[in-house]
Amino acid sequence: MEAHTPVSGGDRQALERSPLARLPDQIMKWGLLGVSVAVLALIAFFFIELIDQSSLAFNRFGVFGFVFHNRWIPSRLVFGAAAMLFGTAVTSAIALIIGVPVAVATALYLTELSPQRARVPLTILVDLLAAVPSVVYGLWGYLFLIPKLKPAEQWFADTFSFIPYVSGHVAGPSIFIAGLILAIMILPIVSAISREVISTVPSEHREAALALGATRWEMIRMAVLPYSRPGITGGAMLGLGRALGETIAVLLVIGDDPAISHFIFGQGYSLAAVIANEFGEGSNIPIYRSALLACGLVLFVLTLFVNGFARAYVLRGERRMFRHRGGHSGAIGGGEVEAAVGV
Amino acid sequence: MIPSDDHSKESTAVSTPNKTEQGSPAHEEAPDLSSLGAPKAEGEGHTIILDDLNAYYGKMQVLKHVTLTFPANEVTAIIGPSGSGKSTVVRCINRMHEEIPGAWAEGRVKLDELDVYDPEVDVTAVRRLIGMVFQKPNPFPTMSIFDNVAAGMRLTGTRGENLRERVHRALRAVGLWGEVKNRLDKPGIGLSGGQQQRLCIARTIAVEPEVILMDEPASALDPIATLKVEELIAELKQRYTIVIVTHNMQQAGRVSDTTAFMLDGELIEHAPTSELFTAPKDERTERYVTGKFG
Amino acid sequence: MTEIPRISAGRRRKDKFMRALLGVATAVALVPLVLIIYYLIYKGAGQWSGRFFTTDPNGNFLGYPGGIRSAILGTVEIVALATAISVPLGIGVALYLVEYGKKSLFANVIRYFVDVMTGVPSIVFGLFIYIVLIVSHVGGNFTGWKGSVALALLMLPIVARSAEVVLNLVPTDLREAALALGAPRWRVVTRVVLPTAASGLVTGSLLAIARGAGETAPLLFTVGVANGLTFNLSQQMNTLPTQIFTDVTSPRDAIVARAWGAAVTLVAMILILNLIARAAQRRSRLA
Repeated sequence: MEAHTPVSGGDRQALERSPLARLPDQIMKWGLLGVSVAVLALIAFFFIELIDQSSLAFNRFGVFGFVFHNRWIPSRLVFGAAAMLFGTAVTSAIALIIGVPVAVATALYLTELSPQRARVPLTILVDLLAAVPSVVYGLWGYLFLIPKLKPAEQWFADTFSFIPYVSGHVAGPSIFIAGLILAIMILPIVSAISREVISTVPSEHREAALALGATRWEMIRMAVLPYSRPGITGGAMLGLGRALGETIAVLLVIGDDPAISHFIFGQGYSLAAVIANEFGEGSNIPIYRSALLACGLVLFVLTLFVNGFARAYVLRGERRMFRHRGGHSGAIGGGEVEAAVGV
Repeated sequence: MIPSDDHSKESTAVSTPNKTEQGSPAHEEAPDLSSLGAPKAEGEGHTIILDDLNAYYGKMQVLKHVTLTFPANEVTAIIGPSGSGKSTVVRCINRMHEEIPGAWAEGRVKLDELDVYDPEVDVTAVRRLIGMVFQKPNPFPTMSIFDNVAAGMRLTGTRGENLRERVHRALRAVGLWGEVKNRLDKPGIGLSGGQQQRLCIARTIAVEPEVILMDEPASALDPIATLKVEELIAELKQRYTIVIVTHNMQQAGRVSDTTAFMLDGELIEHAPTSELFTAPKDERTERYVTGKFG
Repeated sequence: MTEIPRISAGRRRKDKFMRALLGVATAVALVPLVLIIYYLIYKGAGQWSGRFFTTDPNGNFLGYPGGIRSAILGTVEIVALATAISVPLGIGVALYLVEYGKKSLFANVIRYFVDVMTGVPSIVFGLFIYIVLIVSHVGGNFTGWKGSVALALLMLPIVARSAEVVLNLVPTDLREAALALGAPRWRVVTRVVLPTAASGLVTGSLLAIARGAGETAPLLFTVGVANGLTFNLSQQMNTLPTQIFTDVTSPRDAIVARAWGAAVTLVAMILILNLIARAAQRRSRLA
């Protein structure tokens, strides 16, 4: 190209890159696009396949019948998953009831009250709970927690036997212990999200409360908690999503009994646990396998719902914060926090 | 995290929908402080005296031996370029300065006879006596107009009819009553910027402080709203001692009785306002008020 | 005004009480962690010996039940393959979203689905591979590489999301400067964006690997359980999580003890990965 040729319409050509030079760019762009499309296609394919495989069981027992009938008798090839649904729901509820308040409390303590120097080490410790794999939680629950808590549980059942669902004989594995372990497992993520949310409360609201003569706790109650509520709720829902799908830890401590127990220290089952536990036997019998996969489908749909809801909530809180912070990528819905705690 | 003194350089947009003041002449409401009781008579007001006040962020000293008196029932303005420490001074008066990690202060700040920095003093209780209005209006976003004004009073257990009375009085006092009386349960952030700031002032006076500190209270507001706030300040000084930080010298001239000029953390000069602006004694003061810097 | 003003004793008490309560709650939250680590070390570290790491589970009914060599190596092999699949793909998706798709509708759809994937329980991934690859008898029955694919599915959204966050942190000016010099986009990506984001990408990948290494459920449906040592990913293999899982419920004390030993080994591996990830994060050239 001549250095001093003026660029007129006809000379425009000289400035364009040759098609060959543009090729790598195109490859990269379309290649990456292809990968992303493949990801989408994968998910769609999975969904369709799962529905297809479950159809045998749903046709035999009816969708409603399968999900809400409490009869799981593999020897007679009769399958109704109500007990599993019950177990999943109750253990997750216990996990939320115990885990969320503690998680929010730790979040408040770590962002508002703890001494500066202790903050980072303590935060790392709380996050470390997420690094423990599920099978180790199961092992610890089965070998340590169950035997250790049994006497206390029995005492509780005897002392408070007048409360419904509380009296009975404690065998060891129970719905309660499963719920407790789940609470410990969701604690890091709910705490991490809550911490993130709480730290984005604008200081002007905190200062307004303090300037009115509020104590530290009153300031938290007036300025921090109301503002954080949507975000913390979203975090709790993400924790719920995690609890619903937890398999191995629950499997090891819940007792694997396909019955709806009227006793909080009684045994039960969960959707995820039944699949993992009985897959060995069931995979060769078409109707059995289909029933297990149908449990998987119910679980999948349940978690999709809860997670979808949760993200809407977290996003709502995030949008409000965008206005105040002037936009900041990857805030709460972004991957950092959750990747760190391994969601 | 160190608050900058030069707030004019920060984004001063207030995040509310585009609302303007509801002001038609017939609608104009003057602040009505009559319900707050009689204005303070001579000798009844409250004085603030700073005595050798030094403030730091960690090792960095931002206030140097500031000694200054804020006379009772007067408006004292503090002016100076950004970084001069004027915001820090007021934040030391109600001990908000130390809320920032690493920030601390020493010296004496006396509210009448009481040294606010006395170790026996409960910081939280003192803040009730010394109210603060911030540069950016900050009503609590999740609370209604009523709850916002009631917030401080609820802390000390005021309830029921008594509470309602005082909320209405405070709103009347700032001249908001007519504009909000039919929507007290609506969110506080739904008001325009100027209304929000007056709401914050109502919230502050509702707890019946003795002194009101204002850190550039009008710098985020439009001119009409600014005028209303200044009008309010003129009324308020009959009942409270007011300290106002401002980067706007015309404003200082309009509202204040005494003005103090600060530079680089030091108090350079302070005098009755007209005197400071027309016949400053210090050369630096003269350069600042004639606009040669800052 | 000469008396010292006070706030009511009730308020003071409540403040003190609530602050103490929050502190106690934090301590309570840490109790399980302390207990787990303590018991892991107490019951598991004692298992560590030369024999433990150099022999495989032997399935004998009496005597020494064998060590965990095949489990450790199996985990390493399967997770390595899973990493080789998920990390490039995950970073690829993130690159597309950050460099090309940006805020387009399609990109947002992809983001949404990646988000959805993070919420999917790990057992569902195992089921998926089971349905797609095993029922259809693609390439044999239970095999190691199928487990890798299942883990890769689980790790991919984690890598993609953290990579997207990191890539977004690369300052736009950096990209624009390179583009202004006449570099084609793909060069900007490979020569400027990726190197700048490298530590952050490494951090995200390590965290995903730590996560994948600990998963059991996906492996149960794809790899099954095995005892012997093998380097052939087309066979069934042993892994640490499945080893622990089968050992936990054994009636034999020696096997349960092996479970503790395997557990502390697995947790140690994961903790080391986490530590390296944090160190990488600190060395990052970005925010």
